Amino acid sequence: MGNNDNSRPDPDELLASLITAEEKGKRGKLKIFFGMCAGVGKTYTMLQTAQAEKSKGSDIIIGYIETHNRTETALLAKGFEEIPRISYNYKSTTVKEMNLDAIITRNPQIVLVDELAHSNTPGSRHTKRYHDVLELLENGINVYTTLNVQHLESRSGTVAQITGTIVRETVPDEIFENADEIELIDLTPEELLERLNDGKVYTPERSREAVENFFRKGNITALREMALRIVADRVDRQLHEYMQNKRIRGPWKSGLHLLVAVGPSPYSGKLLRWAKTLAYSMGANIQALYVETQHVLSPKERVQLDKNIKLAKHLGISVRIITNNDIVKAIVDFALKENITHIIVGKPRVRNFISMFRLSRFVNRLIRYSGNIDVYILGSDSLSKDKFRAKISIPPFTSTIRQYLVMPLIVMLVSLICYLVKNYIGYQVVSFVLLFLVSILALFFGTGPILVAATLSAFIWDFFFIPPQFNMYVGKPEDMLMLIMFFFIALLNGILTSRVRRQEEKTRIREERTQALYQLTKELALAAGTEEVSSIAAQGIQKYFGLNCAIILKNEQNQLGNEITHETRLKLSENDFSVAAWVFNHSSRAGKHTDTLPSSGYTFYPLTGKNDNMGVIAVNQPTVFTQGEEQFWEAFIAQISGKFEREFLRILAKNTLILNESDKLYKTLFNSISHELRIPVATILGASDTLLSQSYPEETRVKLYDEINTASIRLNRLIENLLNMSRLESGRITPNPNWCDVHDLAHIIAGNLAQELAAFHFSTVIPGDMPLVLLDFGLMEQVLHNLVLNATQNSPAGTRIRLKFYYEQGTLTIQLMDRGVGFPAGELDSVFNKFYRGKEAKAGGTGLGLSIVKGFTEAHQGTVTAENRRNGGATITIKIPVKVINPSDQLEKPTNSL
Amino acid sequence: MQEKILIIDDEVQIRRLLEITLSANGYKISEASTGKEGLTMAATGQPELIILDLGLPDVDGLEILKKLRDWYVKPIIILSVRSAEEDIINALDNGANDYLTKPFRTGELLARIRVAIRQSMGGDETPVLRFGTLTIDLVNHTARKEDELIKLTTTEFSLLALLAKNEGRVLTHEYILKEIWGMGYTGQTQYLRVFIAQLRKKLEDNPTRPKLLNTESGIGYRFGS
Repeated sequence: MGNNDNSRPDPDELLASLITAEEKGKRGKLKIFFGMCAGVGKTYTMLQTAQAEKSKGSDIIIGYIETHNRTETALLAKGFEEIPRISYNYKSTTVKEMNLDAIITRNPQIVLVDELAHSNTPGSRHTKRYHDVLELLENGINVYTTLNVQHLESRSGTVAQITGTIVRETVPDEIFENADEIELIDLTPEELLERLNDGKVYTPERSREAVENFFRKGNITALREMALRIVADRVDRQLHEYMQNKRIRGPWKSGLHLLVAVGPSPYSGKLLRWAKTLAYSMGANIQALYVETQHVLSPKERVQLDKNIKLAKHLGISVRIITNNDIVKAIVDFALKENITHIIVGKPRVRNFISMFRLSRFVNRLIRYSGNIDVYILGSDSLSKDKFRAKISIPPFTSTIRQYLVMPLIVMLVSLICYLVKNYIGYQVVSFVLLFLVSILALFFGTGPILVAATLSAFIWDFFFIPPQFNMYVGKPEDMLMLIMFFFIALLNGILTSRVRRQEEKTRIREERTQALYQLTKELALAAGTEEVSSIAAQGIQKYFGLNCAIILKNEQNQLGNEITHETRLKLSENDFSVAAWVFNHSSRAGKHTDTLPSSGYTFYPLTGKNDNMGVIAVNQPTVFTQGEEQFWEAFIAQISGKFEREFLRILAKNTLILNESDKLYKTLFNSISHELRIPVATILGASDTLLSQSYPEETRVKLYDEINTASIRLNRLIENLLNMSRLESGRITPNPNWCDVHDLAHIIAGNLAQELAAFHFSTVIPGDMPLVLLDFGLMEQVLHNLVLNATQNSPAGTRIRLKFYYEQGTLTIQLMDRGVGFPAGELDSVFNKFYRGKEAKAGGTGLGLSIVKGFTEAHQGTVTAENRRNGGATITIKIPVKVINPSDQLEKPTNSL
Repeated sequence: MQEKILIIDDEVQIRRLLEITLSANGYKISEASTGKEGLTMAATGQPELIILDLGLPDVDGLEILKKLRDWYVKPIIILSVRSAEEDIINALDNGANDYLTKPFRTGELLARIRVAIRQSMGGDETPVLRFGTLTIDLVNHTARKEDELIKLTTTEFSLLALLAKNEGRVLTHEYILKEIWGMGYTGQTQYLRVFIAQLRKKLEDNPTRPKLLNTESGIGYRFGS
């Protein structure tokens, strides 16, 4: 074993202590006023300490104080601000509890919360007050609280033994151990009894009662010793930690790891508590192990096992579950792997010869295989009166009544046939036939029916077949022997087969689960987008767990959203969403079947990723998961969380890319637009300035006016394009189609661009039978305007520009042909990109014109392509799917022409 | 005689430009910078024509237009940066005589003002309208071009007459459809397109470059200039 022989601090432990220190810095500090029992003055001392703290200027308030009508205490409490309690209605009475949310909102430096072990009224957020305290600490609020020794989880058993009172309200040891400060309020038993007699604790008659029952001197002394020891242990441990931190060479044994084996026995609880105390005083790590074997747990055992595992978690012991039929091998293998130094197991009760044999075999093997690992075997005690069946696995009786009815019928039928042919085969062969029958039946029926069948067939064989017939008497001794053997073989056969089947069933379930996980992984791998992942996950949960679920994911602000993107049968209320939010923020489950907010109708599980939570899953779980299901569920959820995490990362990566792209676009826009805006403004400013400053001859003035005019037109065009672009970008372009005459379009373009087109031979070609087309006239006008303008800007004066329209089979084609410079080869695909400018383009222009052409065309579900013409120049072709009507169909016949 | 024109526009620069241009063309100008002020001045000043901006600081120009139309019968021309078709149609349907978008050419504005004032002045309907070589006889329902009778269907003539009577003014598709075909035909622009194309073939010198029946893209038609 890797025990440290030298006194160098273990780096892992150092790191752990650092992390603990860091976490403690962020959290609120917990101070516990600890006493042996009620009446020692914990609340009083707490108030006194608070008073002192307050006089130093701390912001300190009362969250919950129980004065028990003690005047001194009540007087002390008066000086503090107190958060009003909140009322809950429970079973027709009103119960006042601490108002947790009000305290968090008030956010004081220190809050006083009495009675840490208190159980809250159903309907409160948490079932236990210590949950409330933990939440306060998490919110960075320091808490002063009080606690009695009998309420400590690990001590409650011992206290019950000493005082005979079973304590129900307990606090996990973890909370006590992680408290930042413990102050022991100690009183000698004599002083306490005196106080009781003086009526300082209870009213006189309650005092008398109390002294007779709980407050016997012997009890008090024992409790006091326990309290003192706990605190002493803590001091010891703090010293130990201190030495470790300061690298002080000391005689401490470091690297002790305890392993405690738990099972479905009520005795495991005691074992756990004892192991915890041992680990505490040894300063050792501790974990628990449950080995799942083929033995099928009865419902009672299952409940006990759940209880034990829950207890272990309460005690701050982590529990691992391993499936192995050989318990000893499982324990030893695990111990070796985890560097366990001490194994603690319980000694099963010896009731008979078989269990004695089993025990000695178990112990012997454990000791033999465990090598240099210390093994502690704890005896059981008489505390538990419950009888648990020995682990000879007679499988449980789960058969239906139908099976019990069918079984004898089959046996009787076969017996009848045998009876008919008895003279041919002889009565002894019948026993084999019946034996064979019982074995076969064991394949299909449960243990109970098999027992019935075995008994019945033995009886039938004896009564009807073994001579003398028709009585139970067996004549020959060999027949007697045969009958006994027959009965046992039938029985064993049946039970063994049943067991094999059960084993198979288990293997099948395990295989199914593995298969399900594999299937889920496969499906998730193919899913894209969080919505699809959600619905696959929901389907999987429905399929393999038979549960409806709702998945709520976080939003971009890393907070839990409030929408469910997949189909779900669950109806989450406002309240449920706040439970989900709590689960998301605290990374722990809540809702039904848990300690937190159990009044909710659903159970909520966090979807935990590597760094933070992905969301929350709500399930309508009718019962708590069994251990096996729990493991399967956790694996399932882990798969889903992992996929969500990858999806979120992918979205993040994509957004980053988009951001980069838009950054690039912004720069281009900025460069191009600023140039295009400044040039015309500079022209207007310059020309008008010249005109204002001096009087020039008429001819010069006209030229300057002309420049101003041209610059204004250019500026206006740019603004139009920018506005159109932003309309496109915003996705607000929805064509508003109307019946158009393309002649109109062509005419308007020619009219609007008359000035630009004056230097060219411009012609439009429209076939005579051109129908009316359904288009957005305004958008198409922009498209053609930009196209024609682009041609005029890129063609030498005097060349031909041709605009051609034709309609063919549902498609309107518009072509613009020029004899200009054409497009650079290899850039034909990018000419419609935003801000694209030809390499040899003339100065001016933003590269927006053609991209608007493309945008508006696409808004019509059309396409636009560019190509160079063979003899120079370019052709731009627009194809738009359109509805048409023939003009002649719309005309009335000329009737009354005058 | 100097016609009074009221300008309701909040932009000082536009008002100044209009003031200079319109005064130079012999109009008498009054100015209002808000809608409310505009309403008061329209009531007290009795202008022959109002130029109204839609984007006013206090009340939306469209509201002012509606209020003015409760009692003011003379022409109102909208001058606005709003260029969306529905804005223009909306204004025309609410009683505006004409609509120009900023930036505008002053020459065009002057022409529209002249048309509007002439129409509102020449109150009595003449039975025969003349446009160049085209004569339209509203009494006998005939149209002649260079003295030659043009064969027109009843609908064609009604359409021509409606447009010609409102020479220079934009008539929206909806308005024309309602007037000629009736209420049930609003939205059926295909009729209009076909009949206009038909009329152009019969009346225009060059049907592909029409001079009489002009298209206002996405809004309607305007007869003449």
